[in-house]
Amino acid sequence: MTPDTPTKISIRDLNFYYGKFLALKNINLDIAQNKVTAFIGPSGCGKSTLLRTLNRMYQLYPGQRAEGQILLDGDNVLDAKQDLNMLRAKVGMVFQKPTPFPMSIFDNIAFGVKLYENLGRREMEERVEWALRKAALWEEVKDKLQQSGNSLSGGQQQRLCIARGIAVKPEVVLLDEPCSALDPISTAHIEELINELKSEYTIVIVTHNMQQAARVSDYTAYMYLGDLIEFGDTDNIFTTPSQKATEDYITGKFG
Amino acid sequence: MPKSSYSGLQKRGVLLDLIFLNVTRLFAFVVFALLAGIIITLIIGSMPAIREFGFGFLISAEWNPVTEKFGALVPIVGTLATSFIALLIAIPVSFGIALFLTELSPGWLRRPLGTAIELLAGIPSIIYGMWGLFVFAPIFAETVQPWLKNSLGATTLLAPLFDGAPMGIGMLSAGIILSIMVIPFIASVMRDVFEVVPPMLKESAYGVGATTWEVVWNVVLPYTKAGVIGSIMLGLGRALGETMAVTFVIGNAHKLSTSLFMPGNSIASALANEFTEADGELYTSSLIELGLILFFITFVVLALSKLLLLQLGKREGKTT
Amino acid sequence: MFSLYARRRLTNTLNLAASYLTMAFGLFWLSWILFTLLKYGLGGINLAMFTQMTPPPGSDGGLLNAIVGSLMMALAGTLIGTPVGILAGIYLAEYGSRGWLAPATRFINDILLSAPSIVIGLFVYEVVVASTKHFSGWAGALALSLIVIPVVVRTTENMLRLVPDTMREAAAALGAPQTKVIMQVTLRASKAGVITGILLAIARISGETAPLLFTALNNQFWSLDMNQPLANLPVVIFQFAMSPYDDWHNLAWAGALLITASVLGLNILARTMFHQKNSQF
Repeated sequence: MTPDTPTKISIRDLNFYYGKFLALKNINLDIAQNKVTAFIGPSGCGKSTLLRTLNRMYQLYPGQRAEGQILLDGDNVLDAKQDLNMLRAKVGMVFQKPTPFPMSIFDNIAFGVKLYENLGRREMEERVEWALRKAALWEEVKDKLQQSGNSLSGGQQQRLCIARGIAVKPEVVLLDEPCSALDPISTAHIEELINELKSEYTIVIVTHNMQQAARVSDYTAYMYLGDLIEFGDTDNIFTTPSQKATEDYITGKFG
Repeated sequence: MPKSSYSGLQKRGVLLDLIFLNVTRLFAFVVFALLAGIIITLIIGSMPAIREFGFGFLISAEWNPVTEKFGALVPIVGTLATSFIALLIAIPVSFGIALFLTELSPGWLRRPLGTAIELLAGIPSIIYGMWGLFVFAPIFAETVQPWLKNSLGATTLLAPLFDGAPMGIGMLSAGIILSIMVIPFIASVMRDVFEVVPPMLKESAYGVGATTWEVVWNVVLPYTKAGVIGSIMLGLGRALGETMAVTFVIGNAHKLSTSLFMPGNSIASALANEFTEADGELYTSSLIELGLILFFITFVVLALSKLLLLQLGKREGKTT
Repeated sequence: MFSLYARRRLTNTLNLAASYLTMAFGLFWLSWILFTLLKYGLGGINLAMFTQMTPPPGSDGGLLNAIVGSLMMALAGTLIGTPVGILAGIYLAEYGSRGWLAPATRFINDILLSAPSIVIGLFVYEVVVASTKHFSGWAGALALSLIVIPVVVRTTENMLRLVPDTMREAAAALGAPQTKVIMQVTLRASKAGVITGILLAIARISGETAPLLFTALNNQFWSLDMNQPLANLPVVIFQFAMSPYDDWHNLAWAGALLITASVLGLNILARTMFHQKNSQF
């Protein structure tokens, strides 16, 4: 771990269960502030599961539970007393498939903002524009803010979801394979966006695309069957992995 | 973001969630309790009759408001007999329609024809009743009934079933009208059930050279057995409780007869015809007990139907 | 070998031909009934039907009081039944994965969906009419609402279940409390479907006769008082059709045509709405 970057989230002795099935085994990991951390690994390795513990999204489903500690700025996220809604306002998330809400583009962004802030009309308009600009979508939609979010293309919808996520000004943004449903051009747009966003946000991205992890991330964690196999500087992981398993995976011998 | 306003909004959100959850839960409970409410109310209402007649109520064919002697046998038999006739006709017809809609119909006709059948289910039952009384019954009395009498009724074995003058109204007419009413219900559920069959299963049967009929009979039907029976039970549940379509044509006579041409009575039509005119506690109470019996029978039938349909659903979940 | 194949083909042809016949059989009744309605009903549809009260036998009249009474009760029944149905449906779809109440309610709701409507009438009679000692429009509306509820519960739950879980997650990921997730996102996403369900429920109660027989009863005169017996189309049709008078029969046919046209119209409207649901929002 490079000592010069402060830690935003530290995961300590994390175990995760789907019912009786142990899906994450004793994970220990530090996520650096204002950097991009990528989780990679073959399907079913637990990378998405790990991401979903960070904002306790698993809590929506009965039978799923986590043990251990996830410290966000020193506060344990897994603490029973942790307020879930507030946690999620601080830790935003973007999903595999674009999930525009059944409302206008403007309302899609205003939805999250209204939850925690009482803004006037003018301020809200400014916030929406700010978020859309951040997500590099403003120029494309500024004339049709009242249209349904569903009327956008897939790539635009995904950027709308990113804009919606950052409009509430979170501290951490979780991206769960955000480009897996997109074409290469939209993917490039989003990757550019990730690069720009990391100056202000701590970003965690799950991806099955190793080139993408190499392109966008500062740190990479390689997972396999619920274990964290290797974690470190992205350049090191991709050039000189210390574990044989990691090397096999990134050189395409399996997975 | 303004951290100070967090906690206030936060508490409100948590409280709102709690209230909302419990309000929806309360209304779910209202629906849940409705059934118990209906049963308890009907039991209370029928207590006088239960006390007076006991189990004899179920097997007595007497129905005399003057002497206040009541028995449920005639309407029970009428309800079961008309529903039985209805199913006898409706099962093969619905099966044929479902088969047509899933396997035979050209693609562009599938939607409109399916909708037409569902529209048949949407026509209010009172319309079936009126149509049955004014249009169907006279034609039936002139054409079909004499023919039945001369053919089936000429055999000694079946003669009692077709005894008496062909009047157009009676148990048989009620059964036929009922069948027209339940065909769309059974057919549309059966169609949905048939559509559950994985195409691969059918394709493998076609692949070894089976005809369409063989695929349906040997692959589709066995696979959907539980669902098909469930759809039939659903139709039966509808037929048993149907009121208006039957009331117009059954004849409303409290008489037990072997002949299907003779007027009879069903539980629902007895209620429709007599309830508002019933005077005296015992009369009213006997009618309510009839309602209780009807509710009990349909409950059992519908519960079975639901369980069978659920079974198919589970299997679907497993195989896909 | 050949004869076996020929026999199989014959069986196939015969049975498939029978299938065509059953389809024709079903359509035959539908067209016959609709034809009858038009034949006897069209003549009775005139201005008087919508402007005059139900007449005594032998004189002229219309169905105005019955039409208005039916509309009032259908409206009240829908207004009572819809919120109950939607809230219960929300519970089943959104909170239904834990506990015993949801599966039990789902089961019972499906039974209520097909329960004999005349028993619903009996129930409301015992609970409302017997205790207030008089028939009333409110009793009728209540009976109709009990028919609306299961339809709305069923469609609301089914429609909410069609909303992908990722949509719920996305809203929750912004820190939205579950109430907001449901009211502003999932319910909104299934709006068209839920409205379809409500329309189907209205269609269903528009023609219901049995539950009104001993709740709303009937009223020969003009009345808007929901606390009194209230005229309504189905019961008027029943009474007039069962009578021996020709002019009453004619009015009954006209009323029957009116009811059927509105019920089928609502059904078709609901269907087209549902099929267009993905066009906007």
